[in-house]
Amino acid sequence: MTFLEASSLASPHLLGIENLTPSEINLLLDLSEHYVDMNRSGSKKTDLLRGRTIINVFFESSTRTRTSFELAGKRLGADVINISPEVSAVRKGETLLDTALTLNAMHADLLVVRHPESGAVQLIAEKVSCSVVNGGDGAHEHPTQALLDALAIRRRVGRLHGLVVAISGDIAHSRVARSNMLLLKTMGADVRVIAPPTLIPADIDRYGVEVFHDLAEGVRDADIVMMLRLQQERMRGSFIPSTSEYFHFFGLDRAKLANAKPDALIMHPGPMNRGVEIDSDVADDINRSLIQEQVEMGVAVRMACLDLLTRNLSNNSGDEA
Amino acid sequence: MSERTFFANARLLDPASGLDETGGLLVEGRMIADFGAHLDTAPEDAEVIDCDGFCLSPGLIDMRVHLGEPGAEHKETLTTLSQAAAKGGVTAVVGLPNTDPPIDDAAVVEFLARRGREVHGVKVFAYGAATKAMEGKRLTEVGLLKQAGAVGFTDGLHAVSDAIMMRRVLAYASGFDALVLQHVEEPALTQGAVATEGEIATRLGLPAGPAIAEAMMLERDLRLVELTGARYHATQISTGAAVSELAGAKRRGLDVSADTAPAYFALNETSLMDYRTFARLSPPLRSEQDRREVVQGLISGAIDVIASDHWGQDQETKRLPFAQAEPGAVGTETMLQLALELYHRGEIPLLDLLAKMTINPANLLGLELGALVLGRPADLALFDLDRPCRIDADNLASKSKNTPFDGRPVQGMVMATMVDGRMIYDGRD
Repeated sequence: MTFLEASSLASPHLLGIENLTPSEINLLLDLSEHYVDMNRSGSKKTDLLRGRTIINVFFESSTRTRTSFELAGKRLGADVINISPEVSAVRKGETLLDTALTLNAMHADLLVVRHPESGAVQLIAEKVSCSVVNGGDGAHEHPTQALLDALAIRRRVGRLHGLVVAISGDIAHSRVARSNMLLLKTMGADVRVIAPPTLIPADIDRYGVEVFHDLAEGVRDADIVMMLRLQQERMRGSFIPSTSEYFHFFGLDRAKLANAKPDALIMHPGPMNRGVEIDSDVADDINRSLIQEQVEMGVAVRMACLDLLTRNLSNNSGDEA
Repeated sequence: MSERTFFANARLLDPASGLDETGGLLVEGRMIADFGAHLDTAPEDAEVIDCDGFCLSPGLIDMRVHLGEPGAEHKETLTTLSQAAAKGGVTAVVGLPNTDPPIDDAAVVEFLARRGREVHGVKVFAYGAATKAMEGKRLTEVGLLKQAGAVGFTDGLHAVSDAIMMRRVLAYASGFDALVLQHVEEPALTQGAVATEGEIATRLGLPAGPAIAEAMMLERDLRLVELTGARYHATQISTGAAVSELAGAKRRGLDVSADTAPAYFALNETSLMDYRTFARLSPPLRSEQDRREVVQGLISGAIDVIASDHWGQDQETKRLPFAQAEPGAVGTETMLQLALELYHRGEIPLLDLLAKMTINPANLLGLELGALVLGRPADLALFDLDRPCRIDADNLASKSKNTPFDGRPVQGMVMATMVDGRMIYDGRD
C-alpha cells in the first residue's frame, strides 16, 4: 500500500480520460480495488477526508452517478452537499460562471460537476480554486464511468490489454462511449463501435476503433459487449426509424450474443431500456452480465478519485498554512 | 421430365457478356439449360420456336413504374401492368412506393410480393419509401423493408428536400448497403410548375420552373453522397446540366448512377403545344438542347439506365386544363421501341443500349436478372429489331392509354416474352 499511499495525479482535476497516462489509470484502478475490499468488509467508513467539503453540482438529473459520488464522499468521511442549480434557458453561460463563483466562495475542497453542455465542467474548473471531478459533460467525457467499467472488466477477466471490446449504441451523443474508447485504447484493448451510421460521429476511426453497422457482426469474437442507452428522443424518426427496427438490428439478444466469445461479458452503464437495446433475458444473466458489478465498482472508483485528488489539495493547503 | 422450349436460329444478345451471335437457346422447365452458336438443332421432345433471326435477349428490367395497386386500381392493376410490360419485352418491373397505402411498411412489400405471385406475369419488385408517408420528415425502417424485399429507397416523385433529412436517409441506408433513389428537383423552385421555364411555357402561359432545379438538387445530393458514402441513384434525368454533374461525380469515383425515360430523349417541350396533357410529365419536358444532352449522357454512360416511368392516368385526371392534369405517361410497353431509335440512328450500339435495360438495372438493384446465364431463370425477350410500326394508344395493353407517343412511327417490335420459362406474351404472326 505504500506506493498507493504515496502517489497522486498530475492534475488537480479529473476532467476526462484524455489526459490520464496509463500509469495514472492503473493507479486509480489499483486504489479502487482497495476500496472495493473495504466496501465489502465490515468497516465501510474511514475518516480520511474528515473536515473536507465535497459539493455535488448536478446541472443535469442523475440518480446513479450522484448517489454513487455522495456515498463515496461519505464513506471517506467528507461532508457532502448536493445541489442541482436550475439551468436557465437564457444566459446559460452567465448563470454557470455565477454559480461557479458562488461555489468557490463557499471554500469547498472538491466539486463534482455534471452538465449537459460539453466543456462546461472544464469552464468551471478554470474559475474555481478547488479540485473538480467531471461527473459527465454533454457528449464529451464521463471519466469515472469509464474507470468503473475498466475496473469491472479487470476484476473479472484479469486484464484489459488485448481484449476485444464492442461498444454498441448511440455513439454520436455518448460521453460514456468517448471516455471508454479513450481508456480502453490507452490500456491496449481492441475497441469496436457499433451503431447505424446516423449515430456514428465523423472520423471516429481516429480513436483507433473499428466501426460496424450490424450488432451481430460487430460482436463477433468479442470478449466484452458494452451496450449504451438509446435515448428516447433519438427514436422519433430523425436518427433511427423506430424502436422495433433498432432492436431487430442493434438490440442485444441471445442470437446475436452467440457470435461473441462463449464467455463474453455484457455491460451497460444504465439505466437500461429493456427491449430496445438489450433483451431482459441477457441483461439479467448473472453469469454473463456485469451490470450489477458496474454499480458496485462505481462507488469504489469514485472513492479512489476523491482520495487521490484531495491528496493534491492537502499538499497545497499545507503549504499555504 | 420438365418441359423444354428451344429457340432456334436466334440472334443471341447478352449485354452482360458481350455475346452477339446467331444460335439456339434451350429452356428446361424454368431455367436456361444451354445456349450458343453450337446449338443449331432442336433436341427431340422440345417445343421449337423458329426465331428467324430475331433478337433474343435477357428480358428487360423496367426499374421505374407506378404500380397503381394498391390504391389506384382504376388506373392500373398489377394484371394490366404485367400485360403491358410483357408486350414491351419487360420481364421485371420495380414499383415506386407512391401506392395507397404507401410502401413505407414491410407489410406492404410483402403484400405486393404476394399479389405479384398471384398475377403470375412479369416479376414485380418494389422500392420502399425513403421517409415515412414520403413526407420527408422521418426515416423509414430501411432494414426491415429491405429484409422484406424492398430493392431500394425513394420518395418517388418527391425529392427529399431537407438537407439534414437527406443526409440521414443516405447515412442510415448506407448502414444496410441500401440504394437511395432521388427525384432530383429542387421543390422550392418548382412549386406549382408544370413546364420548364422558357419561350414555350411563356407563350402558353403555364406556371414553369427553371431547368436548373434539377442540377441544383443533384449537386447538393452528390455532396451528401460524398459525405455519407451512400449508394445513390438519380432518377429521370432530363437536363444537360445534370448530365454534366453526373459525369463529374463518376470521374471523382462516387458510387452514383442515374436513369432517364424515353420521354426525355425522344421528346422535347414542343410536345406541350396545344396543351396536350399526355405530355405533362414530372420532371417536365425540356428544351431540345437538353434532350440532345440527355442522349449524349446515354452515349457517354453518364446515364446508366433507361426506365419507363410508366404511370397510368385515367380520363378523370388527364382531361383537364393542362396545369390541373396529373403528370405521367404510360410507357413500359413502348420503352424498347423508343430506345431502339437511338440504335437505328447510329447513336448507341445495340448491346450498350440493351445493357441500360437489363444488366445495369439488375446490378444496381442487386437482382440476379438481366443476363443470359446457364441455370438462371429463363426471363427472355424475343424481338424483331427492324419491323416498322406505329405506336397506337388504343392498342396498348395497359389499363390507361395516356401515351404522348400516339401515332409515332417506330422500328422494332417484341414478338414474345418469357418469364421463368413460361411464355407470358406471344405476338408472333
